[in-house]
Amino acid sequence: MRLLWEVARRSFRRWSTYRMATAAGVVTNTVFGYLRAYILIAVAVAGGGRVGGWDEATLVTFSFLTQGLIAGTGAFGESELAERVRTGDVVVDLYRPVDLQAWWLASWIGRSAFTFLARGVPPVLLGAVVFDLVVPPDAATWAAFLASVALASGVGFALRFCTNLTAFWLLDNRGVDQLVTLVLAFFGGLLLPVVLFPAWLEELARSLPFAAMVQYPAEVFMGRHDTVGGMIGVLAAQAGWLAVLVVAGRLLLGAATRKVVIQGG
Amino acid sequence: MTRDDQPVILCDGLAKSFTVRHPAGLLRRRRAEVVAVDGVSFTVGAGEMVGYLGPNGAGKSTTIKMITGILTPSGGRVETLGLTPIRQRTELARRIGVVFGQRTQLWWDLPLADSFELLHHVYRTGRRRHDENLAAFVDLLGMGPFLATPVRQLSLGQRMRGELTAALLHDPALVVLDEPTIGLDVVSKQAVRDFLVALNRDRGTTVLLTTHDLDDVERLCERMMIIDHGHVIHDGGVAAFKTAYGTHRTVVVDLVEPAPPLEVKATTVTGVDGPRQWLSFDRRQTTAAEVVARIVAVAAVHDLSIEEPEIEDLVRRVYTGLAADPASPG
Amino acid sequence: MAEALSLLRSYRRLVGAKIRSDWQYRASFLLFLLSQTAITALDLVVIVVLFDVVPSIGGWDITEVAVLYGLSGLSFGLGDLFISQVETIAVHVRQGEFDRFLLRPLPTIMQLSATEFALRRIGRTVPGAATLVVALVAADVDWTVGRILLVPVTVASGTAIFGAVWVVTASISFWTVGAREVANSFTYGGGFAHQYPLHVYARWVRTLLGWIVPMAFVAYVPAVRLLDAPNPLGLPDWLAYAPPFVAVASVVVARAVWAAGIRAYQSTGS
Repeated sequence: MRLLWEVARRSFRRWSTYRMATAAGVVTNTVFGYLRAYILIAVAVAGGGRVGGWDEATLVTFSFLTQGLIAGTGAFGESELAERVRTGDVVVDLYRPVDLQAWWLASWIGRSAFTFLARGVPPVLLGAVVFDLVVPPDAATWAAFLASVALASGVGFALRFCTNLTAFWLLDNRGVDQLVTLVLAFFGGLLLPVVLFPAWLEELARSLPFAAMVQYPAEVFMGRHDTVGGMIGVLAAQAGWLAVLVVAGRLLLGAATRKVVIQGG
Repeated sequence: MTRDDQPVILCDGLAKSFTVRHPAGLLRRRRAEVVAVDGVSFTVGAGEMVGYLGPNGAGKSTTIKMITGILTPSGGRVETLGLTPIRQRTELARRIGVVFGQRTQLWWDLPLADSFELLHHVYRTGRRRHDENLAAFVDLLGMGPFLATPVRQLSLGQRMRGELTAALLHDPALVVLDEPTIGLDVVSKQAVRDFLVALNRDRGTTVLLTTHDLDDVERLCERMMIIDHGHVIHDGGVAAFKTAYGTHRTVVVDLVEPAPPLEVKATTVTGVDGPRQWLSFDRRQTTAAEVVARIVAVAAVHDLSIEEPEIEDLVRRVYTGLAADPASPG
Repeated sequence: MAEALSLLRSYRRLVGAKIRSDWQYRASFLLFLLSQTAITALDLVVIVVLFDVVPSIGGWDITEVAVLYGLSGLSFGLGDLFISQVETIAVHVRQGEFDRFLLRPLPTIMQLSATEFALRRIGRTVPGAATLVVALVAADVDWTVGRILLVPVTVASGTAIFGAVWVVTASISFWTVGAREVANSFTYGGGFAHQYPLHVYARWVRTLLGWIVPMAFVAYVPAVRLLDAPNPLGLPDWLAYAPPFVAVASVVVARAVWAAGIRAYQSTGS
C-alpha cells in the first residue's frame, strides 16, 4: 500500500514537471470549449432556446466540462504501457512483487489527480469568464460530482489498461487505440451531448461504458440527476462499468502473462 | 571550384557561446552564458586529412556544426570551400559530405541500394557520375553482398560502409566524419580506414575527422588538432605532437630479486610489480643512457627496456592538464 | 522553372520511398487509413445529428453547412497530407536529428514533408471531398463559369492557407519544444471551427481564427458567395475572389517565420 502511494505521488510529481505542455493543453482545451459552446448556442437558438431538454447555459457548461474531463480521464488515449510491451520492458514490470494492474492504477491516479487540477479546472474557469455556467446547486451535488469524477477516471484507466494490453498480441496497437478513442469520443459525449442524439442512439450510448467517463460526471455537475435515487443510479452505473472493465483487464493480464511465460515475450 | 591555394576550411577567431537557462525557483529561469568555442583559428588545405580530437564537451562538434552550416558563429569568421556556411548552406551542402557515426542518413526500412538511389535524387548528381561512383565504392567497400538488404538488418560495420558511401556519392570536396569507427569490429574498422586513405589519395578529397580512437589518427592523419575548453591546444603533425608532449620516457627494469623502489637521480618510480619496476624520467633533464647507467650502478639488473609513450596516454595527459609544459615547441 | 521541376522530381522519389517503407506494415497501414477516414467522417455525423434536432444553424441549412464541411475538410485534409509533417519538427529537434535536414541541398520543409509522408492521411480528405461533391450538386447553385472555377481555386487556396498555419505553428518548436500543443488550437481547432458558419462565433473567435489567421477564406467567405447563403456579417461580394491572394500572403508569411525559426535553431543548436 505504502509502495503504491509512493508510485502515485511520483507520477503526480512527474506530470507536474511538464509545465509548458500543461499550459499548451489548457489553451487548446479552452479553445475547443469555446468553439463547441458557440456552435451549441446557435443550435439552441435554432431550437427555440432548448434542445434535447437542455437550455443554453447547460449546453455551454457541458462544452467546457467535457474539455476539462478529457485529460483526467485519459479520454484521448494513453499508450505508455503498450510502449513498454512493444519494447519488452514490460517483463521488468511483470517480475515486480506488485500486481501490474495495481501498479499502473497507482501511477494513473497520480497523473489523473494532477491533470484534473492543472488541465481540467482551468478550461472551465476560463469558460466562466465569458459565460454564466451552471454550477452544482448544493454540497451534496458537489460530493456526488467528485465521486463521479473519481469513478470516471477509474473507468478511463480500466478501459485503457485493456487496450494497452492488446499490444501483447498486436505489437502495434495504435490502430486499436485510435478506434477506441473514436468510438469513445462519439458515444462518450465528447463531440455532442448524448441528449441531442436520436432516442435510439442515446439509449445505445447510455448502455455503453463510454458515457461513464465524460457524459455522466458532467450531468451530475449540472444537477441533471437531482434526485438522490438518480444520483445513486448514475454512480452505480459508473461503478458497475469500473468493475466489469477491471475484471476484463485482469483476465487479459492473465492471458498476457501466460503468453510471456510460454513464449518468452 | 576550389582553387588549390584557397583553404578548404578557414576559421579565424571562431567563437560560439550558448545561453542556457537553469530553473531558479518555481517559474523563473536563471540565464548563464556558456562558451563552447573560444577563438579558434586554423586552416585546412585541399587534400589534407586532419584528425580533430578533444574530450566530450570540448567544443569539437560545435566547431564542426559551424563549419557545415548547422550553427551560426557568435564571433569570428568561418569559410568552407570559399562559402559562408550559414548564408550559403544549400550550396555548401551540395559540396560536402558529412557522416555522424551515431546517426543514420539511410532509409531504415528500404534496401541499402534504394538509399543510394534516393540520394542521387536528393543531390541531383549526374546519372553517369553517380553510377560510376557507386560502382567504385561498392567495389572498394565490398558492399555487393548486402546491397539488397534493408538497412535495419545490416550490421553496424555494414551500415557504416553504407553511411560513408551515402556521404560521398555526390563527389564532395570535403568530407567531415564524426566518430566514423565507433563501435566497429576490427575488420570493418580496417575497411573504413583503407577506404579513406584511398579516397584521399585517388580523389584528393579533404577529410576532417573527429574520433576517440587514436589509432584512426595515427594511421590516417598527418595532422592532428586537439581542442579543449574551446581552445585549440595543439595543431601539428602527429610526430611533432609526440615530441612536444612525450617528454617523459619510462624505463622498465627487471631486477634479479624484488627490492624496494629504487632511488635514482632524476627519475621517479611509477610502478612496482615483484622484481619489475617502472621508472619515469624527463628526457629534457637527462638522457636514457645516463638513467640506465645510474640504475645499473645501484641495483642488480636482469633485463631492461625503454618504453615510448603511447599517443593515447599523451592525449589523455593533455586533456587532464598533466602535460609537462604545453608551451614548449614541438 | 527547371529548378522547380527538378525539386518536384526529387520530392516524388522521396515520397515514393516512404510509401514503399510503410507498405511493409500493411495491416497497420490499412487500419490507420480506416481510422483516419472515420475520425474525419465523425464530424459529419455530428452535423447530421444536429440537423436532426434543428432545421438550421446560424440560418444555414444542412446543404450549406455540408458545403462548409466539404471545403474545410478537403483543404484541411490536403494540408494534413502534404504539410502537417512539419509538426514532427519538435521530435527531430529534441532528438537532435534536425541537423541532417540542414546538411542536404533541399528545402527543409520539403524534406520533412517527404520523409514523414504518411499516405494513410489521405483518409482525411475522403469524407470532405465526397461531401463537397454531393452538397454542391444538392445545393441550389446558379452555376456560372466563374462559380465553377471558384471551387478548385478555393480548395487550392484553402490547402495553402492550412499549410501555412501548420508551418507557422510548427515553427514554435524552434524556440520552445514544450508548447507544441498550442498549435492544435489553430490547426485542428481551425479545421473544426470552419465546418460551421463563421457568424455563429463571438467576435473575438471570428477575429482570431477567421481573419488574423485567415481561415475564413478557406470555406466561409467563398461559400457565402457560391450559395447566396445568409450573410449576417455583411461580407462584400468581391471578397469571394480574395482566397488566392490571401493564400499567397499566408505562404510568404509562413516561409518568413520558418526561416526565422531555422535561424533561431542555428544560433542555439537545440
